[in-house]
Amino acid sequence: MVPVRVDLSGDQEFFQETARRFIETEVPVSVVREWHDLPDGCPQSWWQAAAELGWTSLMVPESLGGGSISGRPIVDLAIVADEMGRGVVPGPFMPTNVVADTLGRSGNSDQQSLLEGVMAGEVILAWAFCEPGGDWTPSHVAATAAPSNGGYVLTGTKTAVEAGAQAHHLLVTARTPDGLAQFLLPTDIAGLTVTPQESLDLGRRFAEVRFDGVAVGSESLVGAPGAAAEADVERQRQVMVLLQCADNAGSAAKVLEFTVEYAFDRYSFGRPLASYQALKHRFADMKLWSEASQAAVDGAADALAAGQDEARMVSVAKSYVGDRSVDLMQDCVQIHGGIGVTYEHDLHLYLRRATVNRGLFGTPADHRDALSELVGY
Amino acid sequence: MADFVYAETDPAELAEYREQVETWMNENMPRRDPVNPWHPTQDDDERSTRNRELQRRLSDGGYAAVCYPKEYGGQSLTIAHQRIIDDVSMDFDMPILFSVPTLSICGPTILECGTEEQKQRYIPAWIRGDELWVQFMSEPSGGSDMAGALTRADRDGDEFIINGSKIWSTFAQRSDYALMLARTNWEVPKHRGLTMFIVPIHHPGIEIHPIQMVDGTEEFCQEYFNDVIIPAENVVGEVDDGWTVASRLLFHERASVGNASPYTQGRHRSRSADGLNDLAAFARNYGGNVGRQRQRLGETETLSRVEVLLSDRVVKGIESGYFPAPAGSLVRLFHGLSRADRTTVAMELHGDRALVWNQGEDTGSYGVEYVQRQQTCIGGGTTEMARNIISERILGMPREPAADRDLPFNQVPRSG
Repeated sequence: MVPVRVDLSGDQEFFQETARRFIETEVPVSVVREWHDLPDGCPQSWWQAAAELGWTSLMVPESLGGGSISGRPIVDLAIVADEMGRGVVPGPFMPTNVVADTLGRSGNSDQQSLLEGVMAGEVILAWAFCEPGGDWTPSHVAATAAPSNGGYVLTGTKTAVEAGAQAHHLLVTARTPDGLAQFLLPTDIAGLTVTPQESLDLGRRFAEVRFDGVAVGSESLVGAPGAAAEADVERQRQVMVLLQCADNAGSAAKVLEFTVEYAFDRYSFGRPLASYQALKHRFADMKLWSEASQAAVDGAADALAAGQDEARMVSVAKSYVGDRSVDLMQDCVQIHGGIGVTYEHDLHLYLRRATVNRGLFGTPADHRDALSELVGY
Repeated sequence: MADFVYAETDPAELAEYREQVETWMNENMPRRDPVNPWHPTQDDDERSTRNRELQRRLSDGGYAAVCYPKEYGGQSLTIAHQRIIDDVSMDFDMPILFSVPTLSICGPTILECGTEEQKQRYIPAWIRGDELWVQFMSEPSGGSDMAGALTRADRDGDEFIINGSKIWSTFAQRSDYALMLARTNWEVPKHRGLTMFIVPIHHPGIEIHPIQMVDGTEEFCQEYFNDVIIPAENVVGEVDDGWTVASRLLFHERASVGNASPYTQGRHRSRSADGLNDLAAFARNYGGNVGRQRQRLGETETLSRVEVLLSDRVVKGIESGYFPAPAGSLVRLFHGLSRADRTTVAMELHGDRALVWNQGEDTGSYGVEYVQRQQTCIGGGTTEMARNIISERILGMPREPAADRDLPFNQVPRSG
């Protein structure tokens, strides 16, 4: 079995192999295609089975019943993301874990009591962050939380909220007079409208969320408004981008694998595609992109785990993996020829998902802009 | 033959080693002047003398080429120890000239394929800084097709007589010995008629001509051999089996270029790779398209960081058996492409100042570096060869057909 990282411990290797086997037996691509017709993207029973493997407990502190494999939760979480990318597996994995991480760190005890349900796969969480036309930076957030009667009134519109229509609770980022703040709301609260959106990714689900004067108590705040909330938002963005990159590194590696196989099996002019130097050199470049993408993901995960230089290393990963993963897939489409642009072939499932990951939470170009500031521009 | 063995290392022991190295470097090695670093294009004699002296200092302290076995003057330590020395040495002047090819390419080749006498005789001399080596591999007739060598070595009793020419040897005029591949049998296919020799460079019949490069430096040389007599004891490996030795040499060259070799020693920051803050400051002050400059800086930072991470992944992956040894070619390919890109960015960020500059300004060197940029995709094995290796030996794709594979070499068609 092929490891994702080259430095997995025995426990991590077992965890990774279990994840891969679970996906291969429970959700082969044929099943992924069937699930495209499910309004919620995946059966709840399956999500609970995934939760039993620990996919929603890694980021939850041990004191709250969670726990990681290696003592570096973010590294273990990226292993799962890699495997989910390989399998183009749907499910509210990213938003649930990102929000659970914040609740475990900054939530009050009522909010933290939800984590038990999260770890059982019964409670789904989503993060309402980006707004129409926004650039995925905290400064674009225009939704307001106006102080009122000791609580707040929320007004605004959020878009591309992953699992927004499936979530039981939403983490909402909004602006208060004291700076950014985050609120945890049940999705059935008055004044909140969740409308499912269409997505290029046929597997995962996204929604628009509107707040028309949603009144909440101050106990809905997650952490304090201002610097504390801003730090949480930054962390959420970083974890989300890491998971996107791991997902894309996993799916790019898988696409490359089956395209290499295809190059051996497919003959033209009496010899396999794999014997043409013009194609071999393209495959060499793709292998390089794939391995370097995984290296970039591991570097970002390590930086987050160590709490050292994480903004830089996460942006490096998005800048590199975001572009190279989809370049690789487009090249694989080209090498497949006509079949590569049909609905029947699986290639587009990977490319769709990777393209969504590439764009949400900042494009590679956005992250290069951020890096230029880190080198002193 | 076995690939590198990477021994397990204890983190606490390594941390202690780092402290030792830092203390020793601070007390014994000259600190690198960040404003006016000692530049390798300075006068050849000074460069040679200085490198030998620095290598001697390292050796006296026990920090020279530490992965070599103790019996030959090394320390029998691990690659992790060597990398600690490399990290710490970034701020000091190091004998970089000894790192490649002497210690990291010629060295392990002799260590693996040489006789006991050769190992005893030569390895301690490199480590002490007494003898500098070069490679006589490429020929004017072709660089990538190394097994197609035309330089001949004809046996005469206990001696061989060499005639022909080699090219692209680095700094041969100030070096002492070379590893040279020459043809000893013309009646058999090309890979089966080669022999590897140890050649003293300043020797009757050898003429050395420096080659002026685009940037004006004369680091590379071409050599001409006219009835050069070499004793048979200088053969490395078996007569006519030089390709076995050359394959190991190529392996070590790839490892060295890919930063996966335990035998490289020291590392200097290259200007366009590490001076990103300076580049950013220049661009911001001088002017230009802000959006584009930001993108180019971000791209450069990305490539620099990913290159380090990839190199780390490949080293660990070869160690754990995840990658086959030829995976060093991944790092080689990345390095060539990213370095070329960074060189382009460095020029672009200097705007017209890299193209037309006032007398006394240094900005023009970025333009010159750009003109010479493909050097990093050519030297040390071209990026095309790296792509062949990745596709054939990592992905297992069919090898390129070779018209000369089973033909006696004297029947192989050749150019002009």
